[in-house]
Amino acid sequence: MRLGLSSIVTSIIGLAIIGLLVLVVVFAPFIAPYDPTKGALADRLTPPAWQEGGSSAHLLGTDLLGRDTLSRLIYGARTSLAVAVLAILVSGIVGSLLGAIAGYLGGWINTIIMRAVDLAFSFPAILLAMVLAVVVGPSFLNIIFVISLVLWAEYARMARGETLRVREMDFVALAQVAGVSRGRILVRHILPNVSSSLIVLATLQVGIVIIMESSLSFLGVGVPPPTPAWGSMIAEGRSYVVTAWWLSMFPGVAIVATVLSFNLLGDTLTELINPSLQA
Amino acid sequence: MQRFIVRRLLQGLVTLFLVSIIVFILGRLTGDPVALLLSEFSTFEDKERLARQLGLDKPLVEQYAIFVWNAVRGDLGRSIRGDHAPALKLVLDRFPATLQLATISTALSFLIGLPLGVLAAVKRGSVVDTLSRVLALLGQATPVFWLGIVAMYAFSVRLGWLPTSGYGKPEQFVLPVFALGAFMVAAFLRLTRSGMMEALDSEYVKLARIKGLSETTVVWKHALRNSLIPVITYLGTVFGRMVTGTVVVETVFAWPGVGRLAYDAVMLRDFPVLQAVVLFMATAFLLINLVVDILYAYVDPRIRYS
Repeated sequence: MRLGLSSIVTSIIGLAIIGLLVLVVVFAPFIAPYDPTKGALADRLTPPAWQEGGSSAHLLGTDLLGRDTLSRLIYGARTSLAVAVLAILVSGIVGSLLGAIAGYLGGWINTIIMRAVDLAFSFPAILLAMVLAVVVGPSFLNIIFVISLVLWAEYARMARGETLRVREMDFVALAQVAGVSRGRILVRHILPNVSSSLIVLATLQVGIVIIMESSLSFLGVGVPPPTPAWGSMIAEGRSYVVTAWWLSMFPGVAIVATVLSFNLLGDTLTELINPSLQA
Repeated sequence: MQRFIVRRLLQGLVTLFLVSIIVFILGRLTGDPVALLLSEFSTFEDKERLARQLGLDKPLVEQYAIFVWNAVRGDLGRSIRGDHAPALKLVLDRFPATLQLATISTALSFLIGLPLGVLAAVKRGSVVDTLSRVLALLGQATPVFWLGIVAMYAFSVRLGWLPTSGYGKPEQFVLPVFALGAFMVAAFLRLTRSGMMEALDSEYVKLARIKGLSETTVVWKHALRNSLIPVITYLGTVFGRMVTGTVVVETVFAWPGVGRLAYDAVMLRDFPVLQAVVLFMATAFLLINLVVDILYAYVDPRIRYS
């Protein structure tokens, strides 16, 4: 499958931003100039360095508690990516397994799993997250749990579809004739062949998860303070948007850039691996 | 066809049943309602009496049955704050505002996204195409709440063209609809564009051109029709994707809708109201999915037998 020039350009841009992001996340303690949770009240609401009143000590300004925006932005990247990676891993593995089992074994197992998938699709994620926040209180693990609860169904649905396609193939029939157990067939023959579509799906999901996580943090039911998260930074900056515009602006730009780069990567992968998934 | 409808209805009822169980269980997990309603100085007998009044001493299954019976009759509990208004009434009062916001955003996004997608596909590689694709990429990468805040800052605070919040006058619709609709425009645009690109390459379009039909007819009448299926699929799921958007947009713009009701309920730990919102939205969801599926089966007979 040949890629057009625009696709190559966009995927390079996407990969570059993702590469930068990974570097930032991994080397956060060395890059961030300050501790993101500690602020000096004397420095509160300093504008970014290029505006009057700003200083080079705080390149992107400080927030209402005197915490350095740049440092919080850097550590916020960690939060977003950690949530995204973990949520997608959990929901991806669980969802794909369930979907493959449903597709391969059929019968009542299929019915039960598909009922559960319908249920998951019919529950608005945000309401579930809000309810859980009231019930058990917001926390890092809860957010991953909630997002996984919402996401797994999409993997299950795709895995099932792909499994249905793959199980009719000759090599599966050969394995069955040879007496290979169903479990082994599932793991060694079916899963490797459905995984490419699932990986593409996972890449496209990263952006969705990041937006979900930031929305939940914005509403106050996401990652709790003092852990920096882009969504909660925007929420905090909201009341100061007229005077301290930088508080809400930079985290938002960070979110857009991150999601954009993952979407670009996902689009390129879709073009390469599975054009039928496009758009 | 009838069999399909009946089957779908039964499936929907089962799902609704499961949703209600989940909501019920979550409700019981929020903590002792007796402790919430009475002050800490009440006696043990008072607590017992209230527990009996609320039916909390009965077995869980019976409590669930009472819950369902009440729900079907429209009684979903009362708000724990202020005047203890019935939860369902609060939801129904707010629903029109949300529905208006949702419908107008969807309709406008469709009306803007679709033609842009067609144009982008037809004039492939041109400025229009590139601009549309950039817009679509940005639209899908921008969080709704941030877009709302930025739009509010730019057009209300800085330029003063539009009001910052409130509900009622047409100007007050502009910013919320914009924030909510942006990502939908992007989605419609991309779906239409890819569908059209495929359609324009196909055999029947070649035939239409050979027949001598004008390019306008070929594009808008023949190619578009066949590329609409993914768009309609998306339309069917758009309600679900919009719930998050509605909650944040209503919070940012102080829109008196169901989303903001849910947010306030979470902030104040007002579980009966939150429960009412969840049940209501889940039911609305299921109904819409049901209608969409039936329409789908009507249009594409292959689905009836799956």
